[in-house]
This record gives sequence, C-alpha cells and structure tokens, in this order.
Amino acid sequence: MWKRDEAAAKPNAPAGSPPAPAQHGSAPPAAEATPVKPVAASDPQRGQEKTAVNIGKSVVIKGELNGSEDLTIEGQVEGKIELRQNVLTIGPNGKIKAQVFAKAVIILGEVTGNVTASEKVDIRDNGSVDGDISSPRVAIAEGAHFRGSIDMQKGGGAQKTDGKPGAASAPATPQGQAGQQSTPAAAGANR
Amino acid sequence: MLSDILRWGSKRPGQPDAPGEATVARADEPVVPSKAFPKFISAIANRPDAPVLIDFGPVVGTNVEFFGEHLGCKLFIEDLFADYDRHARAGTLDGLAATIDARFRHGDASVDGVLCWDIFDYLSKPAAQALSRQIVRMLRPGGAVMGFFCTSSVARSPFTKYEIVDQTALRHKYHPGAGGPKHAFLNRDIIKMFDGLIVSDSFLLKSNTREILLRRRS
Repeated sequence: MWKRDEAAAKPNAPAGSPPAPAQHGSAPPAAEATPVKPVAASDPQRGQEKTAVNIGKSVVIKGELNGSEDLTIEGQVEGKIELRQNVLTIGPNGKIKAQVFAKAVIILGEVTGNVTASEKVDIRDNGSVDGDISSPRVAIAEGAHFRGSIDMQKGGGAQKTDGKPGAASAPATPQGQAGQQSTPAAAGANR
Repeated sequence: MLSDILRWGSKRPGQPDAPGEATVARADEPVVPSKAFPKFISAIANRPDAPVLIDFGPVVGTNVEFFGEHLGCKLFIEDLFADYDRHARAGTLDGLAATIDARFRHGDASVDGVLCWDIFDYLSKPAAQALSRQIVRMLRPGGAVMGFFCTSSVARSPFTKYEIVDQTALRHKYHPGAGGPKHAFLNRDIIKMFDGLIVSDSFLLKSNTREILLRRRS
C-alpha cells in the first residue's frame, strides 16, 4: 500500500540522533516498521486503548498512507494520507506533499497539498500550508503561513442561514468613532 | 439574526466591551473603527449562495473564523504581501505587475467580495492597475471590494495586517516583512483603475486613511 524509502534500522533511535541517509525504494516491507510509541490513552467513549504512531524525521514515504490510528509525522510523505477516523499530526519537522484526509489535522510543519478534515484543521505557530482546506473548523495561529482556499461550509453554512441577509446593512456606530469624516456614496469626495 | 452572529469577537478574553476602551488596550496594536467594513459585510451577506471571498492580506486566524465559520464564506487567502516581500528582497519589484496578471486562478465573475486592505498603497501604478484589472474581472455583479488608501505618500512603512474585532472595528497589527514606500493614489486614479465598478462609499478616517467600498452593479 505504501512504501517507506528508508529501512527503519534504528526504530528506537532517539529523536535527536542524526537522520540516516534515505535509500529510496530499496527497503523491503518487512523493514518498514516505524518507531511506534504506544500511548496509554484510553478512549472513554469506546473503552478501547488507542495508540499513537510516530513516523520519525528520517523517514521518507512515497505513496498512499492509510490507517485507523492517530499518527504523528515528523518525516516526509509524498502522495496521499487517509486517516478518516483519526487525528493526524504533522510535527515541526514534518514535510508533506500530499492530499490529506483525516478526522482532525494538526499542523506544525509544512504541508503542500489539499487538506480535508471532518472535524478540524489546526495550523499552529510556524505551521505552513499551501493548498486548499476543507473542514468545518479551521484554527490558524499567529505566525502560521497559509496560502489557498478555506471552505468551512459544512459547519458554518448552517449558521449562515440563521442570519437574515441585510441584518448588518445598517452600519453600527460604535462609541469612540468621533472624528471620522464620512462621505458616503461620493466618488472622489475626499479630494 | 446576523447581527447577533456578528457580535462574535467582541467578548474575547482580555478584551474590554467598549470600543473606546479597546483602543487603549494595546497601544502598538490599535483597534480602529471602520465604517466601510459593516457595509462590506452587508454586501456579501446578501448573496444568495455561500459567498466567495478573496483576501489579499496575510492569513489571520480570527478573520478566517469570522468569515468561514460565522458567515459561511469560502475564503481564498492570496497574501500579496508575501509576493511583494519576495520581490522586494530579490530586488525585482518592477516585475511584480507582470506576475499579477497570471497569478489568479479564479474565473471571470466568480468572486463576491475582495478584501484589499492596504495593499494598493505599496504597489506601483502599473502593479496597482494590473491588480485592479484582475479584481474587476473576477468580481460578480453585486459584489464588493474594500480597500484602504493613504492620502499622503510615505517613504517607508512596515506592513500592517488587519484583525477583525467585530463588525465595526479592526485591530491594526504589525506584520513582518520588508515593508516599503506607500504611494497615495488620487481618487480619480482609483476610479479609473476600477473602471466598471462604482465607489459606493468612501470614508476619510482621522488617520487620513480612506476606506473605500466599491461595488459592481447587479
């Protein structure tokens, strides 16, 4: 389904260790074990134990990545990522060139490609996205980079129908506006 | 009521209720009342379908939430300040105008609203003309364009981004970047640049900034 370009010869290598050079396409599937960090977080709703999987920063994946576990990517992924029922975290070292589908996506690294989330997309400080986002909720931190489109209609569209068009047509005049000179509907009125 | 929805943002933690108090909350990031912005919101809220907006400023999380989550808009962030910055650092600002024509992927008459903020102040006349041509091309009948225009030129000014506080006020925030000289366009130049649109509202603020709302006739 997907292949990792680098054999994970040191699955338990510390995060600070220098990355081994990638050997594209040479790794057999058996050697693709990623550093797996079991998380003792239990799902209160289902009573099942969840695991979070890490893809280390020296790992390069080209292809399609599917799964049903929460995943953190610190390495590079090119292609397609589908975790439709789970949370995908792109770590600060993560570089993604892929279409992303997940329940929730947290971005601290770089993403180039479209991101679709059924719940939320969260671009944290220094996170970067070049692509289109489709999600009912989108949070973008100060310092994040984004270029593309944002479509939140699944969640936000329903709210819009509550608002009557034109309700805001009469401009409110907040306190403290004294001193503004208005010249409505006067083209070139200021000069 | 839409007006209820648009009160969003006015009671965030740490922010005073009264706009007058808000203006002194952070001296380096003043909250400035806007008269054009509520009219811009009104223009896009009247669209029959989910409005399509283009924002030429850098992405601001609260603005995305405001337009996307609360108004149900589809928002395109086209951060022209980043383009300007890139050209300024490379010393190729003269080439910016040429890149604008090919930059936008939007079709003719496909956009309901355009937020220019103050990007025109930084553009040379050819670049400003190229951008305004694209805006006129992309704007749907009944659509609206909001822009801020300075009234006097400035030799060098840092970039500013505008964070929506509520439907009547914007917070002016410093935005990192090269900055650059600001050019003052005459009103007749603005009208000429946006040939095909009408200036529906123009407000001169205390800061000598003109808030201008342009519309395309339905």
